[in-house]
Amino acid sequence: MSDFLRLITLQDPNTRVVLLGVALLGAVCGVVGAFAVLRRRALVGDAVAHASLPGVCAAYFVVGDRNFAAFLLGALVFGLLAVLCITLIRNHTRIKEDAAIGTVLSVFFGLGIGMSRMIQNDPAGSRAGLDGFLFGKAAGMVRQDVLLIAGVATAALLLVVILYKELKLLCFDREFAGSLGRRVVLLDLALMTLICLCTVIGLPAVGAVLVVALLIVPAAAARFWSERLVLILLVAGAFGALSGTVGASVSALYAHVSAGPAVALAAAVVFVVSLLLAPRRGVVADIVRRWALRRKILIENFLRAMYELDELASGGAANPALALKRTWTAAQLERAISLAERRRLVRREGGRVTLTESGTRRASDVVRAHRLWELYLIDQASIAPDHVDRDADQIEHVLPPEVLARLDERLRSEGRMPGAAVPASPHSWERAEAGRALG
Amino acid sequence: MTAAISNLSLHASDWWTIGTAAVCGVACGVPGVYLVLRRMSMLGDAISHAILPGLAAAFLFFGTRDVLAMLAGAMATGMLTAWLSAGVARLGKVPEDAAMGVVFTSLFALGVLLITLGSRNVDLDPGCVLYGLIDAVALDTRDVLGVAVPRSFLILSVFAVLNVSLVGVFYKELKIVSFDSALASALGFRSGVVHYTLLAMIAATCVASFEAVGSILVVAMLIVPGATAYLLTDRLSRMLVIAAVVACVAAFAGHLLALATGAAVAGAVSVALGGLFAGAALFSPRYGVVARALRRAALALRIRREDALANLYRAHEGRAAETRRAPGLLDHVAAWALRRQGLVVAKDGVSALTDAGLARARTLIRSHRLWETYLAERVGLPADHLHDPAHRVEHFITDELRGELAGDVGTDVDPQGREIPPDRRAEGEP
Repeated sequence: MSDFLRLITLQDPNTRVVLLGVALLGAVCGVVGAFAVLRRRALVGDAVAHASLPGVCAAYFVVGDRNFAAFLLGALVFGLLAVLCITLIRNHTRIKEDAAIGTVLSVFFGLGIGMSRMIQNDPAGSRAGLDGFLFGKAAGMVRQDVLLIAGVATAALLLVVILYKELKLLCFDREFAGSLGRRVVLLDLALMTLICLCTVIGLPAVGAVLVVALLIVPAAAARFWSERLVLILLVAGAFGALSGTVGASVSALYAHVSAGPAVALAAAVVFVVSLLLAPRRGVVADIVRRWALRRKILIENFLRAMYELDELASGGAANPALALKRTWTAAQLERAISLAERRRLVRREGGRVTLTESGTRRASDVVRAHRLWELYLIDQASIAPDHVDRDADQIEHVLPPEVLARLDERLRSEGRMPGAAVPASPHSWERAEAGRALG
Repeated sequence: MTAAISNLSLHASDWWTIGTAAVCGVACGVPGVYLVLRRMSMLGDAISHAILPGLAAAFLFFGTRDVLAMLAGAMATGMLTAWLSAGVARLGKVPEDAAMGVVFTSLFALGVLLITLGSRNVDLDPGCVLYGLIDAVALDTRDVLGVAVPRSFLILSVFAVLNVSLVGVFYKELKIVSFDSALASALGFRSGVVHYTLLAMIAATCVASFEAVGSILVVAMLIVPGATAYLLTDRLSRMLVIAAVVACVAAFAGHLLALATGAAVAGAVSVALGGLFAGAALFSPRYGVVARALRRAALALRIRREDALANLYRAHEGRAAETRRAPGLLDHVAAWALRRQGLVVAKDGVSALTDAGLARARTLIRSHRLWETYLAERVGLPADHLHDPAHRVEHFITDELRGELAGDVGTDVDPQGREIPPDRRAEGEP
């Protein structure tokens, strides 16, 4: 518990530096990842991250020491090499992008695994902290490492700001971007370099295997919260920083937990929360919207049925209530009545249900929408009168008032619309009802 | 390094290592062909990562490393990956690759965490997940008919046989679902069932391979043999065989590489696979980069030769050459080739057509002017737009097409009033 207190109160200067560095790392990964996800290049980051391992090993062979800057440089070189290989394979052979990424990823990582065993077997060299590069050990970083990471992250963020307009074009209007010719290749290269930089500076803190989570997951989560690029970038950056800080803190508190999995899981939690709870694109909001729409449709169908029954009764039909029983189950009817009653659209007196004043208004609106659409279909789309009922059934609930006004105006100008606000049904009620029962 | 390899003598344990990698390669590579064909390679990568929490959960729940428990756990999470990826992509309108990235990194992280939390006193460590124990397969053996066979080899052989026979039995179904899933649905095949069966096979094979060769070789063996085979052939049956052969060759070469350099076997085999892939990408007879470059160079040279012939013909007619371009290296090679073929001779430092050259040039000019006439008469192109298209197409007009054009055009003068050279061969002349 005292460990926890020390951590969250940032008493240890090293913790302070490390957390700040990881937060910055998460932010830049989130921002760059947003472009990678939008450009459909998310998994390239995975290949780059895996490909950085042989780079680190090669740097160790060259420098022969745990030299952080050399490691990062080696990782960057091999990451760019991996991007180059993927691009060449995709453009110059019949291999598709997915297999190109998979091949490069596994071969480069295999190379790294092979080389790291050679370092391990080298009597002069210890593991040289290479283990940390697989799964990450944020707490093991020292001040200089963090400063380097912060420097690269800031540079990458600046690059994003400078290239903002171009990258936006690249992600959203590929056709137009394509018309710019060679500059698209350069831009793609810039984006790939940014992805490389992010994965490389993520290595010591998060590890090669899971740094891609920091690229993809916050960015994918951010898409739930907005449709504007600026906001997506800001949210992705914030989510990345949050995941990075939480993950690194957990790893610092529990010595045997690597930072990589902790950061990836923190990001996963952010993603699941976004997927479920985002206000407009979230799953819960979607379910609520659908549920509300279904209820609205149920009520409106019931109101229209009531309205039509009244019409029939005033037209002298024998036993109109019987018709209702043909298409509604008792449970549906009961639910519709109680919903409508709660909204004071109908009144229940003894066994009789009658429309209230507001209910009549609402019902006549629905019937009007239904019949306007039927008339429109018969008139403009030449659909037989006994086929229009079901089409109108589906659309009557969602026709916006402007469309209704235009339908009204159009039918009126062609003299197809009698004076009344609600036109008479253009087909015989029993035939349509029979059609509905059959369907 | 060749010296190092030639000095190596392979012991029985080496052969068991090679054999284990090879059966693993066959078990992964054969179903992997379908992943490559269906552009789902990264799903193989995702599954091989995402089975980790299944393994860990099975281990923590049952408390043993019993193969069946592990298989069940891993197959469940392997299929969960595919299902969740599709679900996230649909529900969240996230691009598919990003959805897959979200799902498998999260599951893998969960697996690593479960292992580190639950295995403080057991020998399950995340590093082993990556490298596997292939270097030491020969240490854990079972007696089969009096021969000590490594346990991993036995398990992987079972999977290799199982996968190959499943692919054999459902060859037709897998083929139709892979190449035309709409037709497959129309014919009443359940593409979903076939899809998830394939994924279950792959997940199960991943588990079986995990302990022996580690996740990284599994991914390499799933994708690279299939991709290499895809570069070498168009026939599915051959592709499957080639993938299996590539996997075996890589197992052998990779082990030699590991012995020579002291690298981890799993890594060295992946590198060997990479080498084979690079070889196929460069030197495949039909789809290789070199073969395609050679074909393109040969075509470029033919076009330059024919252009030179046509210009000499125009000079012979007393007209100026139609293309005024500074001659490049290729033109010099073309001129040399024409002289060697005896189509052109140099007289007093000036090139002239021989009889054979004249005949060839006449055919070309005939093609060119027939096409110009056709474009003018039938397509109605203006006179100054005729040369360039004809110049491009003249190299590809066959005898048959020339005959049809001549019949269609019905004149022997082109729109500029130049004679269309008659087809001498049709009149019985050489």
